[in-house]
Amino acid sequence: MIAALIFYMFAGLAVVSAGLVVTARNPVHSVLFLILCFFNAAGLFLLLGAEFLAMVLVVVYVGAVAVMFLFVVMMLDINFLKLREGVAQYLPTGAVIGIVLLVELAVSFGGWSFAPDVEAMLASPAPNGGEVTNTAALGQLIYTKYVYLFQASGVVLLIAMIGAILLTHRSRSGVRKQKIYDQVGVTAKDRVEIRKVSTGGGI
Amino acid sequence: MFTIGLAHYLTVAAILFTLGVFGIFLNRKNVIIIMMSIELMLLAVNLNMVTFSSYLNDMVGQVFTMFILTVAAAEAAIGLAILVVFFRNRGTIAVEEISQLKG
Repeated sequence: MIAALIFYMFAGLAVVSAGLVVTARNPVHSVLFLILCFFNAAGLFLLLGAEFLAMVLVVVYVGAVAVMFLFVVMMLDINFLKLREGVAQYLPTGAVIGIVLLVELAVSFGGWSFAPDVEAMLASPAPNGGEVTNTAALGQLIYTKYVYLFQASGVVLLIAMIGAILLTHRSRSGVRKQKIYDQVGVTAKDRVEIRKVSTGGGI
Repeated sequence: MFTIGLAHYLTVAAILFTLGVFGIFLNRKNVIIIMMSIELMLLAVNLNMVTFSSYLNDMVGQVFTMFILTVAAAEAAIGLAILVVFFRNRGTIAVEEISQLKG
């Protein structure tokens, strides 16, 4: 009963905030509703028993991705009202396609049932009993069976980082930059000059 | 109604995915909202994966959810970087302008 109520709270808030993400006038509000939606999805993950992924969702999405969105929305000087022109024109098409998609999903999931011998086909059954936590069970898989995929996802993140830096970095002209190589490589000869000065002559 | 099963979670995920698709059609001019809609769709996919993983007692669904999260984060970072560079060059982020970008 209470579990059901909590589920309906998380699910309802997630759906409502997802709806507000796509319909809000102000993109800053959109990003904030996206954060709310991620929090509620994390709650649903918790109800499903995936504690580690719930925390990862909060840390990665709310802490990094959503803040990045907020940063870009606030940094760019854009007239967002102008970008919302023609929404009424696109509304019917979007609604029709959305309803068709929803009906398709309902038809495909409505007749869903697990195969009778599904227990024998599991790739890596979850260790039940409760003495192994979700995080430990996940770690036992990603560091053994899926270690190459784990490394590959690390490479994907590295490439994304290098790409993002390379794309947004610009070298501006007219900036007095510190040239460390020149500073370290300087010798006494470049700095000090010894001259013979004749008495009373000056340089 | 009060016993929450697989169908409930799948319904929520389906609605979230549909809202993501709907958002792409609704905000056809604003790239930032389109990217947020893509994030919503990826979230719906993640919810589906975790639901099946939980109800099948199979951990692989959660492992792959983590990889989807990684790819989604990388995609958002690259997408926003491209957006910032585009805005710096053209002074706008309207999608119609981007479709004229050649070469």
